[in-house]
Amino acid sequence: MSATTTSGGAAVGAASGGERFFLEREKVLGPLMLLPAVIYIVALVGFPLVLAVLYAFTNVTVGDPRIDGTGDFVGLDNFRAVLNDNVFRKALRNTIGFTVISQIIVIILANILSLVLAADFKGKRLVRFLILLPWTTPIALGVLGWFWLLDSVYSPIDYALRRLDLLGPQTPLGPARNMYWLGETELARFAVLLVHIWRTLPLATVILLAGLTSIPQDIKDAANVDGAGFWRQLFYIRLPLLLPIMAVASLFSIVFTFTDLTVSLVLTRGGPVNDTQVLATWAYFKGIQGGSLAQGAAIALFLLPVLIAIAIAMLRLARRAGAD
Amino acid sequence: MAVVETRKLSKRFSDEVMAVDAIDLRSTDGEFLVLLGPSGCGKTTLLRMIGGLEPPTSGEILIGDRLVNHLPPRARQIAMVFQSYALYPHMTVYNNIAFPLKAQKVDKAALKLKVDWAALILGIDGLLDRKPRQLSGGQRQRVALARALVREPNVFLLDEPLSNLDAQRRASARDELQQFQRDIGTTTIYVTHDQIEAMGMGDRIVVIEQGRIRQIGTPREIYEEPADTYVATFVGSPPMNLIPDGGDLVGFRPESFFPLDDDGRSSGDDLVRFTLTDAREEYLGSEKLVYGEVNGVKAVARMATNAPLSVRDGGSAPFGVHKQDLRIFDRESGLRRQLARAAQVEPAPVSGAPGR
Ligand SMILES: Nc1ncnc2c1ncn2[C@@H]1O[C@H](COP(=O)(O)OP(=O)(O)O)[C@@H](O)[C@H]1O
Ligand SMILES: [Mg+2]
Repeated sequence: MSATTTSGGAAVGAASGGERFFLEREKVLGPLMLLPAVIYIVALVGFPLVLAVLYAFTNVTVGDPRIDGTGDFVGLDNFRAVLNDNVFRKALRNTIGFTVISQIIVIILANILSLVLAADFKGKRLVRFLILLPWTTPIALGVLGWFWLLDSVYSPIDYALRRLDLLGPQTPLGPARNMYWLGETELARFAVLLVHIWRTLPLATVILLAGLTSIPQDIKDAANVDGAGFWRQLFYIRLPLLLPIMAVASLFSIVFTFTDLTVSLVLTRGGPVNDTQVLATWAYFKGIQGGSLAQGAAIALFLLPVLIAIAIAMLRLARRAGAD
Repeated sequence: MAVVETRKLSKRFSDEVMAVDAIDLRSTDGEFLVLLGPSGCGKTTLLRMIGGLEPPTSGEILIGDRLVNHLPPRARQIAMVFQSYALYPHMTVYNNIAFPLKAQKVDKAALKLKVDWAALILGIDGLLDRKPRQLSGGQRQRVALARALVREPNVFLLDEPLSNLDAQRRASARDELQQFQRDIGTTTIYVTHDQIEAMGMGDRIVVIEQGRIRQIGTPREIYEEPADTYVATFVGSPPMNLIPDGGDLVGFRPESFFPLDDDGRSSGDDLVRFTLTDAREEYLGSEKLVYGEVNGVKAVARMATNAPLSVRDGGSAPFGVHKQDLRIFDRESGLRRQLARAAQVEPAPVSGAPGR
């Protein structure tokens, strides 16, 4: 902003000569207005990031978090140790797996849901509101709700299955009286995926819905007159026109899911046997609970390149959308 | 080719908004029929109902003498050009034009032939690889026309297709569009609020006001024999002069209103005299307008710039109109007198509308 100060603006400032207009000069006003944002970013984003990068190359621990001199720097030792750790590799696989699978399902469901919601029907405002609800609850609260729903003894889902004679002795899912949702590897992974989907679907749906309603009526009418049926309109008109906004929705959801700590931490604490461990939880367990700040930082840094790539893709898309 | 007909066609959007009100009209085969009316009078709604994009509240739509009320747009054998052109922004010009054919599952080779044919007719064969956003307004309009043409529809429905062009481009596009329609001979319904377009292009004009038909007729009939004071003042610029005379309104066109010599030389039996007071001249290059008042009502005369006229600004002058140029309207209803009388004898149409 301040870089684009025009000579015209400067001339006006000079001509008026007085201190009265001091604040109106772009050279002064621009940086002044940017200052809060800069301070905020430096303090809350930049500083921790730099610290994390520094930590990743040292041997600091929770007990001794100071970097006392060059002697504390250990080069790539942390990364080597992390990479050799089986749990880390499992966490990396899980993180990518949860993100990719949940987001594929979310984008498909969001497309279907937004198409349904775009149609005219009674009570669609209420339905839209209900669908957005999961997005408005704090993650931890929502996950606690799921934690209870999936409880190993008191799960209402199990209760319902038992009442339907699907669970218990001599039933298709029996003979156990409980599913132990969070105790069995496959079920626990399914549960984590389910909660991620439940969590990101509303926003993706609403973004796509906005995209759908922004397609001009004339275009839809033209497609109708041109003889395109529902599927042709869907695949040749609606989806292609939705693609840019779909990418934005997707990238948002991917970042949320990829960096999420809460779902695995609250629901399974990474269990059973690290089968739902993700990078964020593993960094937390290693760095904070295990005390090895340096290794925790190194684990967390593995997220960085992916997130940078996603951020670049987002900015590109935003710019391309603006250029049209 | 096909005849388009509507019977008592109505569209009510809400209790207050009756967008289209019992419209009866019937085109002839291959006709260029223009729907003319001010913005908001229901032209687009009428066109969309004919195209199947808007369900009518009541009434019937027939295309080619077949009732099409319950047919979806694609089953009506129509092509539509929208005011916004509604090109598919993510497709090339080629794919835009090909889209209706692909929907009809035309095979690839035949498809290419047809697209090339349509593009050639409209002179856009050099633009086939471009995206709509890389085209000018005029080029977009041609692409929209090509997309409509390529299906060889029975009816063209055009909604103000020239309104997004600048004035210069519009004049030439008007000419091209008319030529194009003559060449392919497809029945065309053309919506516009621009009377110059309507007069220049239409075989017949349907004048609409507040969802109702005021008059159907050839441009000449509409201009020379307006059915009521609404048509008389909506068509023509400046509009027809209307001078109250008892229970009548005496109407005459500005170009039929001419100055008389002071010596009264140009008097005669067929001449009606008026005195134009408070006269004021407006110079327009090839012609001039003289504004003033007759019997306390505003009136205007149009004449060649070099017409002899000796009147000071704010002065008075004798003016005349030939009797055959007078149109008498009922002051109360606004209807033409002779026609109103004729209507009592036989319930005939307001004006010579063939086929009604
Ligand atoms: N979808 C709609 N819902 C409610 N009112 C509408 C709708 N479409 C048009 N109208 C109203 O119907 C009237 C006719 O509109 P329209 O056919 O677009 O007029 P025109 O094309 O002659 O300008 C206007 O008063 C307009 O506000
Ligand atoms: Mg319109």
